Amino acid sequence: MPKILIPTPLRQFADKKDAVEVAGVTVGEALSALTAAHPDMKKNLFTDEGKLRSFVNVYVNDEDIRFLEKDKTAVAAGDTISIVPSIAGGK
Amino acid sequence: MSATLSKEEIGRYSRHLIMPEVGMDGQLKLKNARVLLIGTGGLGAPVAMYLAAAGVGKLGLVDFDTVDVSNLQRQVIHGTKDVGKKKVDSAEETMKDINPFIEIVKYEVPLTSANALDIIREYDIVADGTDNFPTRFLVNDACVLLGIPNVYASIFRFEGQATVFCKDEGPCYRCLYPEPPPPGLVPSCAEGGVLGILPGVVGLIQATEVIKLILGEGQPLQGRLMLYDALAMKFRELKIRRNPECSGKCSVVKELIDYQQFCGVPHEEAPLPAPVSSTDITPQEVKQLIDGGADFTLVDVREPHEYQICKIDKAKLIPLGDLPKRLDELDKNADIVMHCKMGGRSAKACDLLRASGFTRVRNMTGGILAWADKVDPSLPKY
Repeated sequence: MPKILIPTPLRQFADKKDAVEVAGVTVGEALSALTAAHPDMKKNLFTDEGKLRSFVNVYVNDEDIRFLEKDKTAVAAGDTISIVPSIAGGK
Repeated sequence: MSATLSKEEIGRYSRHLIMPEVGMDGQLKLKNARVLLIGTGGLGAPVAMYLAAAGVGKLGLVDFDTVDVSNLQRQVIHGTKDVGKKKVDSAEETMKDINPFIEIVKYEVPLTSANALDIIREYDIVADGTDNFPTRFLVNDACVLLGIPNVYASIFRFEGQATVFCKDEGPCYRCLYPEPPPPGLVPSCAEGGVLGILPGVVGLIQATEVIKLILGEGQPLQGRLMLYDALAMKFRELKIRRNPECSGKCSVVKELIDYQQFCGVPHEEAPLPAPVSSTDITPQEVKQLIDGGADFTLVDVREPHEYQICKIDKAKLIPLGDLPKRLDELDKNADIVMHCKMGGRSAKACDLLRASGFTRVRNMTGGILAWADKVDPSLPKY
């Protein structure tokens, strides 16, 4: 099962966990499994139309899925999916 | 252009001068370099101090804030004696003490679409350490238009991100994140907190990249997003690719725009908005209700660790995240007033209650901070 790393701002929607293992053979399936298990995560990751929000990037290992097969990007056991939202803090 | 170092400068920079990667040539590059720091806060503080110490010849500081006591937990360029001073003045004083051989230029203004190009074009490198999305996009777009590298870092709680944007044909901020989040969805440091030592580590990644760009040494952090997790003490690196539609020239940024509007934030932040609807109630009115013995429930939707800092005695604590599963603790027909720190979370809580059939729900405007200002000044603020 692939592992999804949950970033700090979103941990509050995932029972404070920093990583979860989910079922799925594509990124889309894995994220669906994540939001099924943690419904509050959904509106933070996806628009009402179900599109990944444009200030949230998703990586399989170190590669941005926008440059792979997007939500159809294949994932397997041992792969790490990172969710990386933009943060602006500096002060 | 300076072609030499003085005797005093040679003594000061001797640990650089004996390194082949810097040497006399490198130190002169540092001396002739011009770096603009956007923000002299958490990230800006270590960047400014170390770049001053390293002998970067001209350092510009953009900040219109004054030093607040809550800054001192992390903004080490400012001290207790500086509380109330302009940050650029306080920063300059520290930097001049560290190194009197550098020039400091202060811009005590907010960076805007009207002044950004004129300010930034005077510099070779920008280090962005601001705290909000509109300025992040503004700095990026100005750097894209001017072709100036933007050494970027941002922080949240105990996590940091850093990279180098707009260097040569490398990616820019918009390649990484095309759009800002809608207001309210991503908490700021003021709302979410930040571990005091975090900007030290992340700011010095920024300062390191600035020095490397000036020297032309090493592998710049370009096309790579460095993620730092202080609690796990882990660094991870992800690839940032240039938008494929931007071969040669940026296809997105044509001119500076209205970034407040782009990021969906109101132009003027009213410090304490007056109640705008019958569903709002001021702290003073809540106090009157309490004093008059009115029958109503006051609910505090902050987190338990915030409740520990300060609380209103009458308030019942139900953190926003727990509210959906604790609705049965509240009476649908009762008068209910919700409050949080500043009014944002409690507004969401009011919406949630109304959607669940509660009808007599009001939001205390300005939260417990306004309560501390208007009703009970003995309450500590955070």
